[in-house]
Parts: sequence; structure tokens; C-alpha cells
Amino acid sequence: MIQYLWLVPLLPLLGAVANAIAGPRAPRPVHTAIGVGAPGLSMLLSLGILWQYGTGMAPSPFEQVVYPWTVGELAIDVAFLLDPLSAVMLFVVTFVGFWIHLYSTGYMAHEDGYQRYFVYLNLFMFAMLLLVLGNNFLVMFVGWEGVGLCSYLLIGYYYDQKVPPRAGRKAFVVNRIGDFAFLIGMFALFSTFGTLNYQEIFSSIAANPAAVTGEYALGLSMAAFVALCFFIGATGKSAQIPLYVWLPDAMAGPTPVSALIHAATMVTAGVYMVVRSNVIFQLAPGISLLVAAVGAATALMAATIGLAQNDIKKVLAYSTVSQLGYMFLAAGLGAYTAAVFHLGTHAFFKALLFLGSGSVIHAMGGEQDMRKMGGLKKQMPTTYRTFFIASLAIAGIPPLAGFFSKDEILAAAANNGHWILWFVGLATAGLTAFYMFRAVFMTFHGDFRGTQEQEDHLHESPPSMTVPLIVLAVGAVTAGWVGISKVLTFGRDFNWLHHWLEPVIATVGGGGHLGEGGHEAAGHGGEAAHHLSMGVEWALILLAIAIAVTGILLARSMFAKRALEGEERLIAALGPAHRAFANKYWVDEAYDRFIIRPLAALSRGFWKVVDGFIIDGLLHLTSAVAEILGDLGRFSTTGNVRNYVLYFFLGIVVLLGWIIL
Amino acid sequence: MEMVPVSWYLLLAALLFAIGTAGALTRRNGITIFLSIELMLNSVNLTLVAYSRMLNDQTGQVLVFFVLAVAAAEAAVGLALFIAIYRHRRTIDLNRMNLLRW
Repeated sequence: MIQYLWLVPLLPLLGAVANAIAGPRAPRPVHTAIGVGAPGLSMLLSLGILWQYGTGMAPSPFEQVVYPWTVGELAIDVAFLLDPLSAVMLFVVTFVGFWIHLYSTGYMAHEDGYQRYFVYLNLFMFAMLLLVLGNNFLVMFVGWEGVGLCSYLLIGYYYDQKVPPRAGRKAFVVNRIGDFAFLIGMFALFSTFGTLNYQEIFSSIAANPAAVTGEYALGLSMAAFVALCFFIGATGKSAQIPLYVWLPDAMAGPTPVSALIHAATMVTAGVYMVVRSNVIFQLAPGISLLVAAVGAATALMAATIGLAQNDIKKVLAYSTVSQLGYMFLAAGLGAYTAAVFHLGTHAFFKALLFLGSGSVIHAMGGEQDMRKMGGLKKQMPTTYRTFFIASLAIAGIPPLAGFFSKDEILAAAANNGHWILWFVGLATAGLTAFYMFRAVFMTFHGDFRGTQEQEDHLHESPPSMTVPLIVLAVGAVTAGWVGISKVLTFGRDFNWLHHWLEPVIATVGGGGHLGEGGHEAAGHGGEAAHHLSMGVEWALILLAIAIAVTGILLARSMFAKRALEGEERLIAALGPAHRAFANKYWVDEAYDRFIIRPLAALSRGFWKVVDGFIIDGLLHLTSAVAEILGDLGRFSTTGNVRNYVLYFFLGIVVLLGWIIL
Repeated sequence: MEMVPVSWYLLLAALLFAIGTAGALTRRNGITIFLSIELMLNSVNLTLVAYSRMLNDQTGQVLVFFVLAVAAAEAAVGLALFIAIYRHRRTIDLNRMNLLRW
């Protein structure tokens, strides 16, 4: 079955093409059958492949060349690679992706452009699978751009409104900035190694790490330069400081899109890319530390902004940015396993949160402001329960998924002695618990605060939406059990994920090149050189749980009964800080003031001076010369016959003179 | 009998041609210009006849007949044109015939 790996990305592409050919006027069941069937088959196929792969019936890593893309000096194949890392990603993408497709049939049932929606969504699945399955950076990049395109198309799905197309454009432009750096990094790799194939590059680096640690460019080593470029690329796609600004705006798209693209899969592509290139990052300890610091800063900043949002999707959007920051914190600390672990668990509970919010928005007739909700748990019990479970999971309450992955990241920070990063992570965890339960209590508890009409309309969503909620809720509970750390099991080794990913996480040239944030941290609870005692680790874990519970209880005391009063108290308590949070630290305004407007002014200058004056001027000069010459000639053509006779005479005189003399 | 030298004929022809040219260039009245052009044509005829006599070759004199025929046709067409123009514009001043300019 594994030989059909190429079909996994191809099926959604065929689905997109088939739906595009079927056209918008075909009956909706046809669109549904194609649009959900294609990723469904893709999921079943990949589950089969993963079964075969996981049980050792297939070679690992499994590589499949579909066809040679280019030949000659730049020889690149369209080829797929199934290794432990892409296997995890394959599972997350196809599984979560399929359930979100199914959910979409209910959510989009009353929308126009149903067919267009599924074309884009299937196309997204194709691009995302290309991204995670490619065996070289160029195939990854094609998928990377493809998901960016689909993201743009789906954010701007409601193209007849004002905000969504702008948000789509913003997302695309901001992503392009990161993509540019990614490209530069790829060029650097290609110029050094002459290939973009992962295994060829990584094995030659592992064989000779000294080759990439010498001075290369900008005072950085080759490894650091490439790592920096790749990380800038990742900040674009995965919404980290300074390029995170597009993700909250991307909520203008339909909610299942936010769940699939802007929570579970696409935005984690940057994390995947960093983990995939872990060999390079390990040889660049300075850049790795930068990754960790940016991740921690993003996590904290986004969490504080999340405190002050009233739009339920905006809360979740900032929460996503914050959780992605966690993943980068882990990756930067060398805890690549923890980063992938959190990526996986986050995909479940964040997709679930978005789908739950979509269910709420659906019932509220498009209302997204939590201040106008309240008390929805009576009418929407399934949505409420699943949303609650997901919130517990993201808050880090054991034994739900988020607890294990978040704990592993915090432990990695503590084990490496990065106590500042650890503290930032812990504070973020507390904030996360608080703002998520603020959302839960504002939305589902207390009294209904919307209009009478909305209240009459309230209903639980159809099974096509609630079934995916339940499935993902099961995932949000259980997904963490694949990576239970040794500390929690008192030294017994149940950490399946850690062993599973071991072949992918390289150990480059021993610990000598690595700082304290080296790869040992990946084996949290294992053979770390710089290891805390089990007692301290337990204390830290209990502290994290206590902080999460405190956050939840605080949110409950403030928002469970009279949410609007709680909101006033929150604003009063935070004082001026609340204004900063609510205004997103004025980052958009600052970008507008210091980057966009100067750029626009520069562009206008180019337009007026270079284009308008110099280029157009040259053109006008050419035509002016021709015109002046024409005018000069024109004066001879007086229309007066007598003048012509004179010219004639003079001409004869000249001719005769020439002949005679 | 003493012959009139050819150079005299040629001088006369050149004089007539110069007068005709000056008239064609300086006058504004269409008929006058027309007369001047006729004068130029006839000065050429005179040259042709003079050379014909000198070289004892009849070709030059035959050519003169052609020129006379063409000049007659030209006179007929030209005068008809001038009459048409005069009927239309009440003038045959060539300085005012400048509609085909630019």
C-alpha cells in the first residue's frame, strides 16, 4: 500500500479539479461527494500507509520518486519522503483535515460559492501534503507557496465584503516577506551542496559539520545563515514576531478555514520546517536561542492581547499565535520532539476550539462578539462540552493533550537552565488558561445577552458539525498520551513519540558544537547532561498545573455569572495595560506608520519621479524631437503654388549648377 | 548669305526663358503666370529650332510640334481650370489658393 504514497496528495488535487470542472451549477450533493470524498479517501489511504509503515512492513525512511522535475545541473525530483516526522504530519493533516471538510458541509450549507469553497479547500490539502511529504526543499517550497495561495483565496472567500479581501492580501504580502528569506536560504544550501534533497544535505552536514560552521556571510556561519533565513521564513508562515500580524486578520475567512489552515496545519508548517532542518539549527546555537526567544516573546505577547479580545475568533487567533510561539520556544531549545508533540496536540484542540466557535457563530447567525452571547450551553450541549474539553486541553490540565506537550516544553526550558524562557512559558500558560476560560464562560455560561431574534434562532448544530467536534474532542483528550515523559511515569519509558522521532533528530558531531540548548533536551527526562532532579521536575509540573487551575478559577469567578461586570473589573484591574492589549500594542499602527507609509511614499516617489519623469520623460522627449523636426519640415508646405514653383526653380538651379560645375 | 550665328538665338532664348521664369515666380495673377510659362516653353522651342538648323537634323523641329501640341492642350485645360476657380472664388490670385496646406 505504501507504494501508493503519491496518491495521498494527488487525491485532493483530483477532487479540486473535479469540482472545478463540475462547476457551480452542479447539484450540491455532487460537490459534497467530491469535496469530502477526496480528502476522505486520502485519509483512509494514509492511515493504511501509516499502519504499514508503523508496523515495520515498509522501509524507513521510505522515498518515492514520482518523476524527475528538472535534469542537468539543477536536478530535482518530484519525490515524496515518508519518515517518522512526515508520518506524524501526514496523520495530523489528513485526519484533522478530513473532519474539518466534513464539518464544512454543515457550516457552509447556507453559503453561496459552496463549490468554490471545496475547490480551494481540496487544493489546500494537496499543497499541504506536498509540503509535508516532499523529500527536498523545493517540493516543500511549492507546497509552502501553495498553502499560502489557498490561504489567501479562502481568507478572501467573502470577496463581496470589504474586510476579507484586504485581510487575504495582507496575509499574502506578509507571507511573501518570509518566503523571500526561505528562498535565500534555499539558494545558499544549493550553492553549497548542489542539491536540495533533505537526506543528501543532512548526511553531508553530519559527516562534516566543520564545513558549515566556518564564516559564510554577514559574519554568520553557513549553518547560522541558512537557519536565520529559514527562521524568518517560518515567522511569516507560522505567525511569529515580527510577521504575526496577518494571522488575526485572517479570521475574516470562514471558520472551518480558520480551523484547518490558520490553526491546525498551515501555520505549523514553519515549525515543521525548523524541525526538518534541525541538523542546521543545531549547528547554529545563536540562531536557535533567537528562535527560542522570539517564540517565548510571541507566546507572551499574543497571550496578553488575547486577554482583551471580545471577538471569539480573535481570542482563538491570538491563542494560536501564542501556542505557535510555544512550539518555536521548544524548537529553539533543541527540544524538537516537544515542538512536534505540541504541534500535534495543538492541531487537535485548536481545530476543535475553532470548530466549536464556528458552531456558536452558526447558531448566533454570524455574531462573533462574545459580549452578545452567554448561556449557550443549554441550547448547544455538544458544542459546549467539546469546547470545554478543548479549553481544558489548551490550559494544560492533565490528563488532556495540552498538558503533556506544554509540560515537555517547559521542562526543556528548565532543564537547559533558561529560567527566563521557562518563566515566560509558565506565565503564558497561566494567561492561556485565563483567557480561554474567559471565552468559555462568556460564551456558554450566564444569561443570554443577544437579541430576542437570535435567542429564538439558537440551536445545536447538525450532526455533520457535531460529529467532527466529538471526534476531535477524543483527540484533544488522548493525543497527549503518545508522549508521556519519564518523569510522570517515575522513570518508566512510555514516551512513544520520543522514540518514534529519534531517527529524525540528528546528533551532530557530539555535544561539542552545541550550546546548553543542545539536542539533549529532546530527551527530556532522559540522558540530559544538565539535568534537574526528579523532585524539582515534579514541583515544576505541579506549579504549572496550579497556575493553570488558578487561571481557570479566576476566570470563573469573574465571568461565570455576570460576564459584562467581570469584563469591567478586568479592564479596571489591568488599567492602561488593557488599552495596550486591546489595541494589540499598536503594532499594526506602528507597521503602518514606520514601514508601510514610508514604503508607499517611496513607491509614489518612484512612480512620479522614475516612472513619470524619467521613463515617460524619455519617451516624450523622443516624440517631441520627431514633432519639432516635423514642424520644421511643415513650414515648407505652405500650400501656395508660387512657393512650390520657387523651390522647383531653386532645385533646378542647384542641379544645373552641380552638373555644370 | 551670312547666317545669323546660333549663339544669338541661344542668347535670345535664354533671355526669354529668364523673363518667363521671373514672371512665373513674381506674378500673382494666374493668367500672367500662365503666359510666363508659355514664354518659357517657347524659349525652349526657339533653342530646339536653332540647334536643329545648326546640326541639320529635323528631330528638333519635330519635337517643337509636340511641345506646341502639349502647350495648346495645357492652355485649354489650364484656362478651363482658371475659369472654374474664378467662378468659385471670384479671384485667380494664386496667393489665396492655399487650401491644400498642412
